[in-house]
Amino acid sequence: MLVSKKKVAQIVENADQQVIQGRSQWQDAMTRFKANKASLASVFILFLMVAVAFLGPYLNEWDYETIDWALTGNAAEMGAPSIANGHYFGSDDLGRDLYSRVMQGTQISLMVGLIGTIVAVVVGVLYGAVSGYFGGRIDNLMMRFVDILMSIPYMFILIILFVMFGRSVYLLFIGLGLFSWMDMARIVRGQTLTLKHKEFIEAAVAAGVSDFTIIVRHIVPNLIGIVVVYTSLMIPNLILLESFISFLGLGIQEPLTSWGALISDGAKTIQYGTLWQLLFPLGFFVTGLFCFFFIGDGLRDAFDPKDR
Amino acid sequence: MTNIIKPIFEVDNLKITFDTPDGDVQAVKGVSFHINPGECVGIVGESGSGKSQTFMAAMGLLAKNGRADGKIIFQDHSLLDLSVEELNHVRGKNMSMIFQDPLTSLTPHMTILQQMREVTALHMDLSRDDTDRLCREWLDRVRIAESARRLNQYPHELSGGMRQRVMIAMSMLCSPALLIADEPTTALDVTVQAEILDLMDELKRESGTAIALITHDMGVMARMCDRLHVMRHGEYVEEGDANEIFYNPQHEYTKMLLDSMPRIDDAQRSSHHKLKPIDQNSAADDFLKVDDVKVHFDIKVSGGIWPKTLPLKAVDGVSFKLRQGETLGIVGESGCGKSTLARAVLQLIEPTHGTVTWLGKQINGLTREELKDKRKDLQIVFQDPLASLDPRMTISRSIMEPLMTFAPQMSKSEMKETVMQMMDRVGLDRNMINRYPHELSGGQNQRVGIARAMIMKPKLVICDEAVSALDVSVQAQIIELLMDLQEEFKLSILFISHDLAVVREVSHRIMVLYLGRVVELADSLEIYHNPVHPYTKQLISAVPIPDPEIERKRKSIKIPGELPSPMDPTAQLKFLPSKLKTEQKGYLPKLFEHSPGHFVAEHDKLEVLLS
Amino acid sequence: MFSFIIRRSFSSIPTILILILISFALMRLAPGSPFSTDRGLPPEVLANLEAKYGLNLPWFEQLYTYLKGILFNFDFGPSFKYKDRSVNDILAQGFPVTLTYGIWSFIVAVAVGIPLGIAAAVKHNTKLDYAAVGFSIGAQVLPNFVMAPILVIIFTLWLNWLPGGGWNGGQWQYLIMPIIALSTSYMASIARITRSSMLEVLHSNFIRTARAKGLPYRSIILRHALKPAMMPVVSYLGPAFVYMITGSVIIDIYFSTGGMGQFFVDAALNRDYSLLMGVTIVFGVMTILFNTLVDITYAWLDPKIRL
Repeated sequence: MLVSKKKVAQIVENADQQVIQGRSQWQDAMTRFKANKASLASVFILFLMVAVAFLGPYLNEWDYETIDWALTGNAAEMGAPSIANGHYFGSDDLGRDLYSRVMQGTQISLMVGLIGTIVAVVVGVLYGAVSGYFGGRIDNLMMRFVDILMSIPYMFILIILFVMFGRSVYLLFIGLGLFSWMDMARIVRGQTLTLKHKEFIEAAVAAGVSDFTIIVRHIVPNLIGIVVVYTSLMIPNLILLESFISFLGLGIQEPLTSWGALISDGAKTIQYGTLWQLLFPLGFFVTGLFCFFFIGDGLRDAFDPKDR
Repeated sequence: MTNIIKPIFEVDNLKITFDTPDGDVQAVKGVSFHINPGECVGIVGESGSGKSQTFMAAMGLLAKNGRADGKIIFQDHSLLDLSVEELNHVRGKNMSMIFQDPLTSLTPHMTILQQMREVTALHMDLSRDDTDRLCREWLDRVRIAESARRLNQYPHELSGGMRQRVMIAMSMLCSPALLIADEPTTALDVTVQAEILDLMDELKRESGTAIALITHDMGVMARMCDRLHVMRHGEYVEEGDANEIFYNPQHEYTKMLLDSMPRIDDAQRSSHHKLKPIDQNSAADDFLKVDDVKVHFDIKVSGGIWPKTLPLKAVDGVSFKLRQGETLGIVGESGCGKSTLARAVLQLIEPTHGTVTWLGKQINGLTREELKDKRKDLQIVFQDPLASLDPRMTISRSIMEPLMTFAPQMSKSEMKETVMQMMDRVGLDRNMINRYPHELSGGQNQRVGIARAMIMKPKLVICDEAVSALDVSVQAQIIELLMDLQEEFKLSILFISHDLAVVREVSHRIMVLYLGRVVELADSLEIYHNPVHPYTKQLISAVPIPDPEIERKRKSIKIPGELPSPMDPTAQLKFLPSKLKTEQKGYLPKLFEHSPGHFVAEHDKLEVLLS
Repeated sequence: MFSFIIRRSFSSIPTILILILISFALMRLAPGSPFSTDRGLPPEVLANLEAKYGLNLPWFEQLYTYLKGILFNFDFGPSFKYKDRSVNDILAQGFPVTLTYGIWSFIVAVAVGIPLGIAAAVKHNTKLDYAAVGFSIGAQVLPNFVMAPILVIIFTLWLNWLPGGGWNGGQWQYLIMPIIALSTSYMASIARITRSSMLEVLHSNFIRTARAKGLPYRSIILRHALKPAMMPVVSYLGPAFVYMITGSVIIDIYFSTGGMGQFFVDAALNRDYSLLMGVTIVFGVMTILFNTLVDITYAWLDPKIRL
C-alpha cells in the first residue's frame, strides 16, 4: 500500500514536470501584454471599429458620394444628425451623408496606415538588416544616406511629388511608406549589429552554419520582437501623416475621403454651427489613434519590460 | 572576556525583504554582527546570498521595493530610523562606500575634481584652495601619477583601476570611520587588484579606518580580513576569526568554498586530480600549429579636425603548437588579446598575418565551404553562458544545431536521442529538453554550451573564460566535467582565462600573453615554480591565496607605472626599458628558449624594473 | 570641442547640396511645362516663356545657374506664377512670420516639456507622475490640425477671447493659438522622453555613488542626473524641429498667419515650381543647420564625443 502510494506520488510528480514546458520570450511577452488592460481593451475597440467601418455602410441607404439635394446648401439648419432622414451623423455642406463618409474615411485611413506601414517595414527591415549585417564601409555609406534623408523635411518633397504626379490613392500609400522607413532601418540596423556580436552567433559560425541560415535561424527571429513593437507604433504615425496631408487638401481626392480630409472639412465650417461635421470624424480619429498607441505601448512594455 | 572596545558599527537581527511580483522575497534573514574601530570585517558569499544588502540598507541605498527591519547602529546613530537629510550628514562623511563596477560608478560628465569637491563642500569647511590641495594629496596617496592633470580629466579618460582608486580617494576624503567596499576588485585585473588591496590595507593601518569588505573571493578575504562571516541564502552560516575559519572551518558550506577554490601555491594540488599527464613522444607534432599569427584592427582615433585610423595590434605575432590530448592554458589580463587569438585559431576572425595549421593542413584563407568540414572538430565554449545561447531556441535545439549542419542524414528522432545522451553526459536533466536559456541557471547554461560543443565529438575545444562568470562551487563542477570529457574523447583544450589559479589546475602547459605577444611559455609546474619573465612573476605574486598566514607574508611585485595602452608604440618595451634608452622604439622583444621547453621573451632584470 | 564643431559643420555642406539636387531633379522630372495650362498657350509664347526662365538650356547649365544664384547671391530666381515677384520677395515676407511663432512654439514645447518630464520622473508613481503621463498620452492624438479647430471652438467661438486668425504684425493675441496648436503634441513627446530617460539615469550606478556621498536629492538631480538624462531628449529635438516646421504649414493655412506654409500650399496648388523649391530649400537648410546645432549640444553633454 505504502509503495503504491509512493509510486503514485512519483507519477504525479513526473507528470507535473512534463507539463512544465518552457516558455519562450514570445509567450512571456504575450502574458505581459494580456495583463495590460488598456491594450487589451484597445485591441477589442479597434476590432469593433474595423467591423463598423467595413460593414457599417451596408446598414445605410446613402452612400458616400450621393448628394441629398434636399440638404444642399443648408446643412446648418437641416443637416444635423437624425434617424428620421437616414443621415445618422448628419450631412456635410454639399448634402452628402456624413455617416457613410466617416465609414469610408475610416477605411481609407486604416488602409493607409496598414499599407504604408507594410511598405516602410519591408524597406526599413531589409535596408537595416543589410547595413547592420555587412557592416564596415557599406554600413557607413548606407547610414550616412539615412542621416541625410532624415534631415530633409521629406513632407515637402512628398507634397511636391503629389503635385507633379497627381494625387492617386496608391501614390499616397506607397509615398507615405517610402518616406517613413528610415527610423525602422536605424532600429533594425542597431539591433542587427548588437546581435551580430552576440556569442550565440559566433557559436553558430563555429558550428559551421552558413550565413544565410544564420540570418534566417538566428537573426530574424530575434529581430521580430522589436520590429513588431515599432510597427505597431508606426501605424498611427502614418495615419497622422496622411491626415496631415489630406487636411491641407493635398492628399486624398474627392469624392474619396479620409479622417484628415473630414476633419479639415469639419474644421472649416465650425463658425456656422455645424459642429457634428467636425466631432464625428474627430471622435473616430482620436479613438483609433488612442487604440493604436495603447497597443503599441503595451507591446513595447511586453517585449521590453522596463520602467518607463 | 569583556569587550572594552566599543564597536562603531552594530547590526542587530536585520531582516531585508523585497516586494517582487512573485511575492515577498527575504534577502537577509535576521543577521547580527559588529565592526570594531580599525578592523577589517569580511562578508563572503556567492551571488544571490544577500551579502551586499546589509550595507545597502545601512547606507540608505536599498532598492525602492526593499524593506529593512531590525537595528543598525553606527556611532550612536540608529541608521534605519534616520531621515534622508539626517543620513546625508553621516554617509559620505563618517561612513563611505565603494562599489563593484568602477567603470559606471563615476558621473561621466563631471571631472574628477568636480566630483571630489562635492564631498568636501558637503561635509567639510574648507576654502577652495585647501579643497583642491586635499584632493590632489589623496590622488597621490592612492598612487595616481600626475595627479594635477588627472583631476581635470573625465572618468572615461582613466582606466578601470584608476577609476577605482579615484573612488577610494573620494570616499576617504573626510577620513571616515568606516569604509564599505562592495566587491571592490572583482571587475579588475589581478595585478590591479593586488594594488588596490594593498592600498586599502595601508589606509586601514594609517588612518585607522575600519573596513567592511564584501566579496566572493576567499583569497581576498585571507589577505585583508581580521574577522569574517560566511553568508548563504541570507544567513550567516559561520563567523569568526579569519585564522579560525581558514584553518578550522566548521560548516560544510565553508569547507566546500575553501575546497573548490583553486590554490596557486599548493604543491599537492598543482593540477587537477583528473588531469592526465601527456605522453610527449607519442603525440603527433602537427596536431595544431599556430605560426606568427597577427590580428590587427583599425581603430578610429580622434584628435585634429579629421579622425584617422590606427592599427590596434590585438594579437601581434603569436606562435605555438598543441598536441593531441593536451591542454594549453592561455593567461593574460584584459586587452592582452587572448580571446582574439582564440577566434583567430578557429577562423572566426581572419588573421591579418600568419598561418594556422590543423592536422598538417593550413586552415586560414580557406573559403567558408572548405572550412565547414574542419569546424566539426574545432569547437568553442564561451564566457557568458546566457549570451552564447540563442534566447529564442530551446536548449535542445541549440545543442542539436551542429548535428543539423554536419549530420543532415540523421532523422529527427535520432538527433533527439543523441542530444538526450549528450545532456545526460554533461549532467543536464532530460526533462529540461524544452526549456529556454533564461529559465536555467548560469551553471546549467554553461553545461548546455559544453554539450553543444561536444556533440560532434570534436578534437579541439577552446574554452574562452568558460568558468569565469560562475560561482566557485559551480566553477569546480564545470572544470570536473571538462576534465572527464577530455579523457573520454582525447580532447585537446585551449583554456583561456585571466584566473591563473584555475589555469594552473587544468593545463599541461601555460602561455602568458602581454599586449598581443607571448612573454613566457612553459610547463605549468615549471612556470609557477620557476617563472622567469617579470610580468609572469608579477601576475603570480598578485593572485591572492586563501590562506591568511601565507597570504599576509607574501609581497606582491609592483612594477612602477600604469599598464600602457596597446596603441602606445613603446608599450611592448615596458619590460625592456633598456631598448627604449637606445632609441629603438619599435623594437619587439624576441622569444628565446630559457631551458628546454621553457620560452621567455627578452626583458630587463626585475631588479632593474623595480628601481 | 572646437575641432568637433568644425568637423560637424563641414559635414552638413554635402547634405545641403544633396537637398538642392533632389529638389532640382524633382522639378526637372515633373511632367509637362509649368506654363502649360488648360487653355493651351501658343507654342511661340511658350518658347518665349521658357527662354525667359532659362528652361530651354541644357539641364546642367540650369543647375549651374540655379546653384550659383543660391550660393553666391542667395537668389532663388523668379516665381513662375506671380509674374512680377521673385521667390526671394515672397520668402522675405513669409519667413519672419514663420520664424516668430516657430521659435516661440519650440521654446514653449521645450520649456514646459522638459521640466514636466523631470518632475514626473522625480515624483515617480505619484499623482503628478500619473497626470503627466496622462497628458502625454492624450496629447499624442491631438496633432496641430486637431488642436487648431478645437482651440478656435473654445477661445474664439465660445469664450470670444482670442481672434480666430490673422497675424496683425505678430501681436500676442494672434500668437497664442498658433503656439499652443503647434507645440502641444511635441511638448508631450518631449515630456515623455525626458521622463523615461530620467528614470533610467536615476537607476544608474553613478547616481548610487552620489547618494552614498550624502548629496541632497536636489543636487543629485541637477548636477548628476540632468545632463545624461538630456541626451535622448536632445536627439529627439532634431526630428521634433522637422515636425514643427512641417506643422507650420497647417498653422499658416488654418490661422491665415501669412507664413511660408501658406505660400507653399498655394505654390503646390498652382504648380509654381520655383517657389516650391525655394520654400523646400529654406526649410531644409534650416533643418540641417538645426541638426548640426543639436549634434554640437549632444557633444557638449557627453564628454566622450567631445574630443
